[in-house]
Amino acid sequence: MASAGQGPSERKPAFTNSSGFEIKRLYSGDDVASLDYLRDLGFPGEFPYTRGPQATMYRGRPWTIRMFSGFGSAADTNRRYRYLLDQGQTGLSVAFHLPTLLGYDSDHPRARGEVGKCGVAIDSLADMETLLDGIRLDEVSTSMTINATAIVALCLYVAVAEKQGIPAHKLRGTIQNDILKEYIAQKEWAFPVRPSLRLVVDTFEWCASNMPEWNTISVSGYHIREAGATAAQELAFTLIDGLTYVQEGVNRGLKVDEFVPRLSFFWDLHNDFFEEIAKMRAARRIWAREMKRRYDPRDPRSCTLRAHMQTAGVTLTAQQPLNNVVRVALQALAGVIGGGQSMHTNSYDETYALPTEQAVTVALRTQQILQSETGLTDTIDPFAGSYYVEALTNQMEEAFSRYLERIDAMGGMVKAIEAGFPQMEIADAAMRYQAAIDNREQLIVGVNAYQAEGADAIPILEIDDSLEAEQVARLEQLRARRAPGWRHALEAVRKAAFGGANLVPPILEAVHAYATVGEIMDTLRDVFGEYHDPGYY
Amino acid sequence: MEGPEEHSSLAALLDRALAGDGRSAARLMTLLESDVDATPAIMSRIYPLAGHAQVIGVTGPPGAGKSSLVDKLAAAFRAQGKTVGIVAVDPSSPFTGGALLGDRIRMQGRFSDPGVFIRSMASRGQPGGLAKASQNVVALMAATGKDTVIIETVGVGQEEIDVVRVADTTVVVLVPGLGDAVQTMKAGLLEAADVFAVNKADYEGAERLVKDLELMLHLGSSGSAWSPPIVKTIATEGSGVDQLVGSLAGHFDYLQGSGEYLKRRRRAAVAEIDGVLRGQLMSAIARRVPAFDVYASQVAERKCDPYTAADRILRESGLTAEGLG
Amino acid sequence: MVIAKAGMDGHDRGAKVVARVLRDAGFEVIYTGLYQTPESIVATALQEDADAVGISVLSAAHKHVFSETAREMRQQGLDDVILFGGGIIPPGDVEWLEQQGVRRLFLPGTSGPEIVAWLQQAVSAQRASGSGG
Repeated sequence: MASAGQGPSERKPAFTNSSGFEIKRLYSGDDVASLDYLRDLGFPGEFPYTRGPQATMYRGRPWTIRMFSGFGSAADTNRRYRYLLDQGQTGLSVAFHLPTLLGYDSDHPRARGEVGKCGVAIDSLADMETLLDGIRLDEVSTSMTINATAIVALCLYVAVAEKQGIPAHKLRGTIQNDILKEYIAQKEWAFPVRPSLRLVVDTFEWCASNMPEWNTISVSGYHIREAGATAAQELAFTLIDGLTYVQEGVNRGLKVDEFVPRLSFFWDLHNDFFEEIAKMRAARRIWAREMKRRYDPRDPRSCTLRAHMQTAGVTLTAQQPLNNVVRVALQALAGVIGGGQSMHTNSYDETYALPTEQAVTVALRTQQILQSETGLTDTIDPFAGSYYVEALTNQMEEAFSRYLERIDAMGGMVKAIEAGFPQMEIADAAMRYQAAIDNREQLIVGVNAYQAEGADAIPILEIDDSLEAEQVARLEQLRARRAPGWRHALEAVRKAAFGGANLVPPILEAVHAYATVGEIMDTLRDVFGEYHDPGYY
Repeated sequence: MEGPEEHSSLAALLDRALAGDGRSAARLMTLLESDVDATPAIMSRIYPLAGHAQVIGVTGPPGAGKSSLVDKLAAAFRAQGKTVGIVAVDPSSPFTGGALLGDRIRMQGRFSDPGVFIRSMASRGQPGGLAKASQNVVALMAATGKDTVIIETVGVGQEEIDVVRVADTTVVVLVPGLGDAVQTMKAGLLEAADVFAVNKADYEGAERLVKDLELMLHLGSSGSAWSPPIVKTIATEGSGVDQLVGSLAGHFDYLQGSGEYLKRRRRAAVAEIDGVLRGQLMSAIARRVPAFDVYASQVAERKCDPYTAADRILRESGLTAEGLG
Repeated sequence: MVIAKAGMDGHDRGAKVVARVLRDAGFEVIYTGLYQTPESIVATALQEDADAVGISVLSAAHKHVFSETAREMRQQGLDDVILFGGGIIPPGDVEWLEQQGVRRLFLPGTSGPEIVAWLQQAVSAQRASGSGG
């Protein structure tokens, strides 16, 4: 193409996106000259899945609207679930409070001020029974966002089902269970990296023979991006995490087709419209190619990347909060064009607190408008063949390859994490993004452009502080009245942790005996040790 | 600047710090870092009281896991019932004058223990000043009753060696996989090492690093009665820390049994006086000889040689009637 | 300057970015890492003789963390140390926290220069008000 040096002047000397790719004034056939349709794009539901994981995509069934929620006590959340199920929703999504996520009971000193705040307080099977009371677990699909304590949460869910007389193999749902991104980005860990990986593979292994319809992991770019990563970093680190899990499973002796079809992914939807679409398309193609190259699986589902999506919380602003409604809609639009399988849309008030019901409804309606009114669900991968989007998709794949090469040279993702490599890459990117806002290279409406005096008055959700004492009292009662078998069950957990046996069966026994989440995790901490913030900044 | 009020408040601060008030001790440390005028008065009060602590220096290249190891050492000393002071020195801050100090991140276990006092120090722009200031802070920690003081610094250059020179025992922490660390190691650092810790001993290359060190120590052995032991550690898991504590105790016993302790103290005293004297001389000269810069320009332009210039500066300062000749 | 990340959540992006911004503005910043408690934050501020303490909380435990830190600071005689912070904090709580002794709270969307300018002013005002040091 003609050089951009001549002709009318432009707003900036160079245009780039978050991933650092230089964006040209114009894209043409020259930019995608090497593109081979069948090799690089293919048809929906066919290798390399660039155009989508299923043959009919949204013409068959639109993406699943899956809104993540929960706070307060198990009883509060149970009432909410039953209301949602009465309204026709078929999926539940559980947000646990932080003490459960980190493996501490509500009466632990570190839990002070946190009980029931960012999710529901679950200390034992008793709480889980209350949470799911009156809900037939063979009739719903449940997503549980939990990582360091994922194996315990899975056992709690299975135990409730067993008490309802429902065998594990009938259960459907997803557990996040992605511990690598905790070390990289979200930092909600418990044990050192290697024993944590063992727990993940224990769940792969147990679910492969006991819970064939359960998604055993949601490999998450979301938290990596929210921590400051670029789109290319989100893509690369997440896919390399996924490949690491697959290899760990293979090392355990699992066959790829036994467990890889149950892996799913989770993307962030940020502000740059085209970059996000390219990221999601590239992700499907890379996953298919890497799986084929490494393992040549027979089951095509082992090469198919299915993704959950969520709009980027980090892009929401406290200033002029109603503008967030627009941001969320545009981010969701990119996700739909990118071809994801389920989505959560954020609420406009989340820079202040957990969302109000009204704000959640607007977020939900945003997705319903996209599904019903825009024609987006009528054809598949509509941006395929766009010179720009295809060129960006190729660039994303190249960026992935560069990171893969560097991380391989370090000895793999675990070594790279221990050396702080992805953590420091992300911290640097976060700093560059902030600097771009501070020097107004990147404009954010209401923040460094089009500011307005005074704040928009919006309603804010209040959370009752009295829950903590109630939850602690419930826990004390449980400890006083449970049968003594829990001690013996914890000993069995300890023995299995020391040895190499799969930890799901003894933890399942322990939760049945009403050992608490904190007690089970303390037992494992005793054996595995604790992970501490290595402080890469 | 130094009104009587200032003096009495300094004296009160010293009283409170020596009576065990942490806030006052922290204030004094800030003065030692930043207020040259207050330093002599502080030092004259605390120096006689600072002789009881065992001072341990920890140094090594970035990423060797020094802070984690210091954290585990502190825990081990606490388990022996000893109080611990930690001075975490980072000479690597950039020129903007700002600094970002993160050593505390790896010492999480110690934050709420009243028997441990941690102080972070960054270079404030004066080369060499950091070594002196951090030595003085070590003395203050000792004077306020810490049984063990650990001074930790990142890096392997001259400045870092100066920082740990105040220690009775110096641990040099190395890790496998930092290239040919041993081959390129500064001779000064090797001499400074009383104990080697090979950290991240579960990593590939740890055995080779130990072998290389053994070979080098063998080749370079100076006939000294102390040969630095090499201890393998995994700081994040705490393994090898007990052996390291044992080696430190062994070295301390050796120092005292062999009379080396007094020799070292004397060498350190000479260095300390030397440092203070140089500082005082230079600032006195700077005050008395406004033409210092002119001499510097003349030397730079080779119109004058440094010896002649120094001689003239000295005469002009009036510090000596006939120069030093 | 002490920058601490409190609460049980691991979202340390804000704390790290603020720490770097302050360093680049010439402050000496002690970064404590994650999972700090009011007690550990105050112990750090005391030992490091900090002029100011900044705490990031995104877990909704902000009321507990800030009010306990302020109380502990008063108890340890650190009344003259500036306590500030940031995170996901409802406007109604901001006012309450300021009454507890938090000097300023920065919400999402705050620029680096805004924090730097406020801190420079607050620190020099605090020093001018003459509390020794």
